[in-house]
Amino acid sequence: MKRPTTGVEELPDNLIEICDVDFSRGSRPIFSKLNLTIARGQVTAIMGPSGTGKTTLLQLITRQLDPDSGTVIVAGDDIADLSIAELYKLRRRMGMLFQNGALLTDMSVFENVAFPLREHTELSENLIRNVVLMKLHAVGLRGAAYMMPSELSGGMARRVALARAIVMDPGVLIYDEPFVGLDPISMGVIAKLIRQLNTALGITSIVVSHDVKEIGEVADFSYVIADGQVAASGRPSELKNEPSELVRQFMLGLADGPVAFHYDAPDYEEQLLGKSSD
Amino acid sequence: MFRDIWETFLGFLHNFGAMCLFFVRLLQYSPSVIYKRFSLVAYQVYNAGALSIVIIMVCGLFVGGVLGLQAYANLERFNAEDTTGIFAGFALIKEIGPVITALLFAGRAGTALASEIGLMKATDQLSAMEMMAVDPIRYVAVPRFLGGVISMPLLTAIFTTIGLAGSHLVAVELLGVDVGAYWQQLQNALDMEDVMEGIYKSITFGFIASLLAVWEGYNSVPTAEGVGRATTRTVVITAIAVLVFDFMITAWIL
Repeated sequence: MKRPTTGVEELPDNLIEICDVDFSRGSRPIFSKLNLTIARGQVTAIMGPSGTGKTTLLQLITRQLDPDSGTVIVAGDDIADLSIAELYKLRRRMGMLFQNGALLTDMSVFENVAFPLREHTELSENLIRNVVLMKLHAVGLRGAAYMMPSELSGGMARRVALARAIVMDPGVLIYDEPFVGLDPISMGVIAKLIRQLNTALGITSIVVSHDVKEIGEVADFSYVIADGQVAASGRPSELKNEPSELVRQFMLGLADGPVAFHYDAPDYEEQLLGKSSD
Repeated sequence: MFRDIWETFLGFLHNFGAMCLFFVRLLQYSPSVIYKRFSLVAYQVYNAGALSIVIIMVCGLFVGGVLGLQAYANLERFNAEDTTGIFAGFALIKEIGPVITALLFAGRAGTALASEIGLMKATDQLSAMEMMAVDPIRYVAVPRFLGGVISMPLLTAIFTTIGLAGSHLVAVELLGVDVGAYWQQLQNALDMEDVMEGIYKSITFGFIASLLAVWEGYNSVPTAEGVGRATTRTVVITAIAVLVFDFMITAWIL
């Protein structure tokens, strides 16, 4: 099988390989022959303008969606070949932080974090309590253990979700837009946790985000996705010097460029002064 | 135009087939959920059943009262007001008890189930469960489905009992029908088959209302508008399905 050629072959031991993946939503193509690899033990950022399919890519990696063609290999297995039981076994080794935390609203913070342990292990109640408190301590929210999700701020909810994502000691942590809607303090806390958890637990982290500044501080390697393919890849500091206009527009946050300020529309003057009722 | 109708028909068949498969999965998982997660089922019996008791009792009282009034007013013209109990009792036990309980259940518990599951979907809670390797059908859908299935016959029994009390209150206490005649006539006329007809209907409606509520919530579009639509569809489709099945069961039994 042909391996992707995205310029990261020199990195050690790829944990995830996406090879020639095509994916469409209805008649709208999202990915066309997408190739990328995620190196083991690193923080890899997936960046790109809104609507380019960053979250869709995560859903393909976790097989919440199936590609139209191409393969997604996780830890050496083509995940399309896995049975549901094997897929669930693989997911136990993955943690995912959803954009809004996705905490179970009818359970307390403690029960949310304990949920995967209760479902997948036979640990004693005392041990579950200790593990949950340790994970909550790691994200700085041991004191909020008995609060309900509705009582938490956005940043706190995401930290609780992070504690839940790491409670089974996964090998891969996937973050879907972890910085969206957070104040600068919470953003800093989440960025620090992403880096800390990656280093302390020796896991592989995938962060989908369009916060260039925050992601630049935590990522070892970044991909910029646009028009259904990898538009650029490299270390975050290198991406700012990319020759691609689109990548430069994205990295520097320019209002106009290849991604036009104006959505496609008829001629302005003609529309205002013409007889057309459009 | 014919093409639109044809595509709508195909879409309906596709949805109906998917719902049947979903129903089979619910039934397939039910034994293990009852065995391993009984506390979740018990909570949903409380959620769908116990929390609906007040509305069921109030409605049962007034529906029974109206039946008592109508029965008395019409039977009195033939000097047959002593058979008021038969009229009200048969109507409640065989038809009105199961049907109105199912309609009230759809309005109270069905909408709550559909919107709760829809909101869980819209806020990624179901996806989060899948990512934690927990099947949301087993954890979310099956306990709610079973909660509704168990609750419906119990709620129907409560509705019918309170309805009979309401009818008795109006006919005997207010309009002066003889209490002995009221109950004696009903007891003599009523067979076990009549009671069983009501029980069959309430069990069937329990499956229908719970399946539709869980299905609509689970397959809602994960937006605020989508959850609202799913909630509305739950009530409308359940009402139609209950009345159609009521006709079919009655025709089959008679």
